[in-house]
This record gives sequence, structure tokens and C-alpha cells, in this order.
Amino acid sequence: MARYLARRLLQIIPVFFGATFLIYAAVYSIPGDPIRALAGDRPLPASTIEALRDEFNLDDPLPVQYAKYIAGLFRGDFGQSFRGREVSEILRQRFPVTIRLGLLAFAIEVVIGLLAGLLAGLRRGSFLDNLVLVSTTFVISIPIFVLGFVAQLVLGVRFGLLPVAGLREGWVSYVLPAMVLGSVSLAYAARLTRTSLVENLRADYVRTATAKGMPRRRVVGRHALRNSLIPVVTFLGVDLGALMGGAIITEGIFNIPGIGREVFVAVRGQEGTIVVGIVTALVMIFIFSTLLVDILYAFLDPRIRYE
Amino acid sequence: MTTAARPEAMPATPGTGDLLLEVSDLHVEFRTRRGVVNAVNGISYTLHERETLAILGESGSGKSVSAQAVMGIIDTPPGYVTQGEIRYRGEDLLTMAESERRAVRGQQIAMIFQDALTALNPVYSVGWQIAEMYRVHRGSSRKVGYAKAAELMDRVRIPSAKERVKDYPHQFSGGMRQRVMIAMALALDPDIIIADEPTTALDVTVQAQIMDLLSTLQEETGMGLILITHDLGVVADVADKVCVMYAGKVVERGPVRDIYHNTAHPYSEGLMASIPRLDQKGGQLHPIKGAPPSLANIPPGCPFHPRCPYAREVCTTDHPPLYDVAPRRQSACHFWEEVLAGGN
Ligand SMILES: Nc1ncnc2c1ncn2[C@@H]1O[C@H](COP(=O)(O)OP(=O)(O)O)[C@@H](O)[C@H]1O
Ligand code: SF4
Ligand SMILES: [Mg+2]
Repeated sequence: MARYLARRLLQIIPVFFGATFLIYAAVYSIPGDPIRALAGDRPLPASTIEALRDEFNLDDPLPVQYAKYIAGLFRGDFGQSFRGREVSEILRQRFPVTIRLGLLAFAIEVVIGLLAGLLAGLRRGSFLDNLVLVSTTFVISIPIFVLGFVAQLVLGVRFGLLPVAGLREGWVSYVLPAMVLGSVSLAYAARLTRTSLVENLRADYVRTATAKGMPRRRVVGRHALRNSLIPVVTFLGVDLGALMGGAIITEGIFNIPGIGREVFVAVRGQEGTIVVGIVTALVMIFIFSTLLVDILYAFLDPRIRYE
Repeated sequence: MTTAARPEAMPATPGTGDLLLEVSDLHVEFRTRRGVVNAVNGISYTLHERETLAILGESGSGKSVSAQAVMGIIDTPPGYVTQGEIRYRGEDLLTMAESERRAVRGQQIAMIFQDALTALNPVYSVGWQIAEMYRVHRGSSRKVGYAKAAELMDRVRIPSAKERVKDYPHQFSGGMRQRVMIAMALALDPDIIIADEPTTALDVTVQAQIMDLLSTLQEETGMGLILITHDLGVVADVADKVCVMYAGKVVERGPVRDIYHNTAHPYSEGLMASIPRLDQKGGQLHPIKGAPPSLANIPPGCPFHPRCPYAREVCTTDHPPLYDVAPRRQSACHFWEEVLAGGN
């Protein structure tokens, strides 16, 4: 276990540098001059341009710029935008909103998705099973923004059950967007759980457990369940990070002031430091959540632990 | 002397004890989307204390399904026991309440499966899986369970058993894994162990060791043993009597020595010719021509007739009953005398 953990932690290093460098390079190569974009139509004095280019290291080659940026990161300094805002301050303001949205969506996905998948798998061919199959196919095949608008119209406008947009009403404001954000993942999680459980209920070791005279509840709950959850946990881990990224679209639909809107504005204004800062934070969340999952995974499956 | 077959099963092997298990006229079918698969079509046998019964047949002849029926672990649906009785110490298992039946499973009748790697749960240690028997059936504590597991692992001769209790199935070799399965089956001192091709997945040398172990354990405990196999060579030394199965039916049965030396059914004769034998050194192996029939579509008359070198007209229409060949010996062939006279 210790060796597995150590190896897993070491793997973070190349992933972190690889991912951040790629983001940095991508933003660096956006065409156009960010300083000119900052000024709009008014011409800037040459000395001002010079000072700004110097402050933001714009004249250094890419690797040097990147190295200076990373060095700053390790001091907790995410840099400044061209308009003089501290990027770390933007993150502090916007990220909690997105994280709250993502975590609520994740909770909905895990609770409802797993429950639906398990019930469907246990009663294969039943009405409930068919309901789960049909409704998940439905959710998966509809684009998320259509789903979002329909949810807004039906649950928000028509029945007035939940706030339609914005965050004015506290945590309930998060419910509708989180349901929409988590819906597709929920559908996948339910289907994966169902398939995995059905497969494991047919496995030889389940028959052995029955032949040992174990009660059905134990055969399912102790033997089949734990094996069934292994692929589900893997999926959920990757999906937690993906949900944070997906939040960007959902925030747009529901007019939520998270990182989504910030990234959108920053890309248009060629605010490289903001874009890189936000995406770097997302990468770190992703790395952290997959690490968490891999630890859980090793706990569930001894074959991984002893590799 | 071609008397019609009697429904009752074979008498006991001399020197064995009480009657443990009596299977009579057992039928099992699978109702699948593509029709009914008649996996077991009226097999009967008995098993006594200290007795070893080998059930022999090609793959797909219904051996595993008949064993699963005895254990009560057939997948339902699609599988159903449609007819017959399975009496354990006189009581019909098929009419028992599920809770009573579950008390028999694992405690009185235990089973060993072919592939121990898939038959053991990959996410629990072997000790945990053995200890589960004591914890669930006897209410033992975790500590007592593990201690007993270690004892059992030692008893089936797993080296340094105490240190390996907490190891996982994938950390053992194939032979050692099968010993774990045997230990688990042995845990609650059952009357009967059914071993479904216990050595098929193993190397030849390991096969012999496992057979040795099973037969030693049987001597120690006095249990009845059912060995399912497609290779009589593997079990010839340990079995007392044999049931040869074809297309879900018993086609020949009798003491192992008699059948091993001279078969009374063309199918068993074919099986003997297809296995390597010590008394025919250098002799060629002759596999039986053709394939076993689909159990969804069993030929009329004698089910073996499309592959049988002795077949005549009558075989395509008249189903042969089990004829008495000798005391304790029967064959389901119209021409068993000819087959017996032909030697082998
Ligand atoms: N779960 C099942 N569903 C449908 N058919 C089955 C099932 N299990 C076994 N069978 C059928 O029963 C027949 C006998 O199988 P089996 O007893 O496993 O043969 P053997 O053990 O002699 O190789 C096979 O033809 C197989 O197709
Ligand atoms: S009854 Fe006929 S077909 Fe069947 S085994 Fe005997 S000779 Fe062959
Ligand atoms: Mg089989």
C-alpha cells in the first residue's frame, strides 16, 4: 500500500507540470496583442506599452515566462491581470461558487445515480429497470443547454418550485443548476452501476457465496456490491473534475457568478493570467480528486494494492 | 437377460456407510429465448458415507447443472428443476423451505468449483472467506474465524498457513488456490463434498496432489465425495463407482474397476479410447467422432446414435432404458452385450 501511494504521489509531478505548461503555451499562442486589446481604440504611449510588456514578461521566450509563472505559483502568487486585479483574489471570490455548484451536482449524481443503478440491477427486467434505462438514455442524448432551459421553464417558471437563475436565494438557488449539471453524469453513473452489478451477480464467486449457504442479503451486500463499485468509483473520480469544468456552461445558462463567466470574459479580453490561473486551479482540483479516488480504489481492490 | 431398467439407483459400494444422498429421476431445463434446453433428463444415483462417485462425460453433458441442482444454486430463471427428488438423509431437498435448504448448503453439502481463481472473491482475503463460514453459520468472532481458517489451511497443506491467512486469492498459485477452496468446503465438516472438475484448470502433477488430498480427507472424515470430471484417468484411482453421462442422461454406471476395464456402452467405450492409459502404452488416442448434441435439440431414439459405431435402425427410434448388465452395473444401450463382448 505504501509503495502504491508513493508511486501514485510521484505521478502527480509530471501531470502537474505537463498540464500547466500546455495551458500556458495555449494561452501564449492566442493571436493578437493583449496590450493593444486592453487599450481598445485609443493609442497608448510607447513608454506605457514598454512598461506593461516588461511587467508581464511578455518579451521573454515562452519557457522563461512559464518558469517565472510557476515560481510565482509556489509562492502563492497567481499573478495580476492586465487591468491590475490580483488573480488569486478573483479565484477566492469565484471558485467557492463553482465548487459549491460542482459538489452539489456530484452529490446528486452519487446518491441518485448509484441508488437507481443498484435497484435496477437487482431487479433486472422490472418496471423500475426499464424506467432507469429509458430515462438515462433520454438524458444522455439531449444537449445540456436544452436540458437546462427546459428545467428552467418547467421547474422554475411554470411550477415555481425552484429559483430560475442567479444566486439571490441562497443555497436553493444552486439546486436547479446542480441538477442540470449533474444529470448526464448521473445517467452514466446509474447505467454503469447497473451493468456492473448485473455482471457481478452472475460471477462465479457469487455462486460460491451462495453455495456456502450465505443469505441472499450477504451475497449481494458483502460479495457482489463491493466488486461492482470498483468501476463506478473510477468513473466518479474522473467525473468530479469534469463536473467542475462542465460548470462553466451551466453557470452561463443560469447566470451564476462562478469561474465560468470569469473565464469567458477573460478569454475575450485576452487576459492570459486569469485564464491560466483559473485553469491551473481546475487542474489541481482534478489531480486531487483522482488521487482521492485512486486511494479509495486501492482500498476496494487488493489486486491494485499489491501490484 | 435384457430386463427393463429399475428406477432405483445403484446399490452401495461394499464397505461404505449410511445412505447420504439419493437423486432420482432428476430433470432440469433452461427456458431460454431460443427454446428449452434440456440440460438434465432423468438422472439417478446414490451416495453413501465413505463412498466416492465419479460423474463422467464430455463438456455440455449436464454434469455441472446436475450438481448445481443438488446444491440448489441453479440460476432461476432461466433454470428450473422440473421433476425428480433429491433426498439428503431421507429428506427431499426440493420440497424444503428455502431457509432449511440454506442450512444444508455449505454445512451438510459443500461444493468445490473448477476455477478457484474466479470462484473465490478477489477483494477479500482467503482467510476472511474461510472464516465467513464460521462467522455466519456458527456466529464465531472474527478472531476465532481467522484462527480456524489458519487451522484448515494447514490441514489442506498450504505451507506457512498462519502467515498466509490474510493473503488474497491472486497471491496464490492455482494448486494452492484450489486447496483454499477445499479448506472452505471442509470448514463445517460436511457429509458430502461435490467437486466439479476440481483439477481441470491445473497442471498434471498438481492434479494428482489435489486428488490425493481429497481422498485423504475423505478417509479422515468419512464423507461422501462426488467427483465430476471429463477425464476418468484423473479419478480412476480414487473413485468407487462411475456414472457416465451423455446428453443429460446416465448411459452407463457401475463400479469404477469394471467400467475402466470393460465398458458396456459405446459412448463410455469411446471415452476410454480417448484418454491416455497406462495399460495401453504407446497406443493411439481415438477421440469420439462428431460433437455432442445440442441439449435444445436432442436426437430421438438413443441420443448417441448419430455418433455410434454400433448403431442400427432401431437406435434411431427406440430409446434404450438402463439394462442390468451385472449386479450394481447398468447400461443404456440396446446392444450392450455386443459392446461388452468386444472388450475394452
Ligand atoms: N444459465 C444457463 N442458461 C442456459 N443454459 C444453461 C445454463 N447453464 C447451463 N446451461 C446449459 O446446460 C447444458 C449443460 O451444461 P453443464 O451442466 O454445464 O455441462 P457440463 O458440466 O457437463 O460441461 C449446456 O448445454 C448449457 O448450455
Ligand atoms: S442404443 Fe444404439 S445408438 Fe445407442 S449406444 Fe447402443 S448401439 Fe449405439
Ligand atoms: Mg461443467
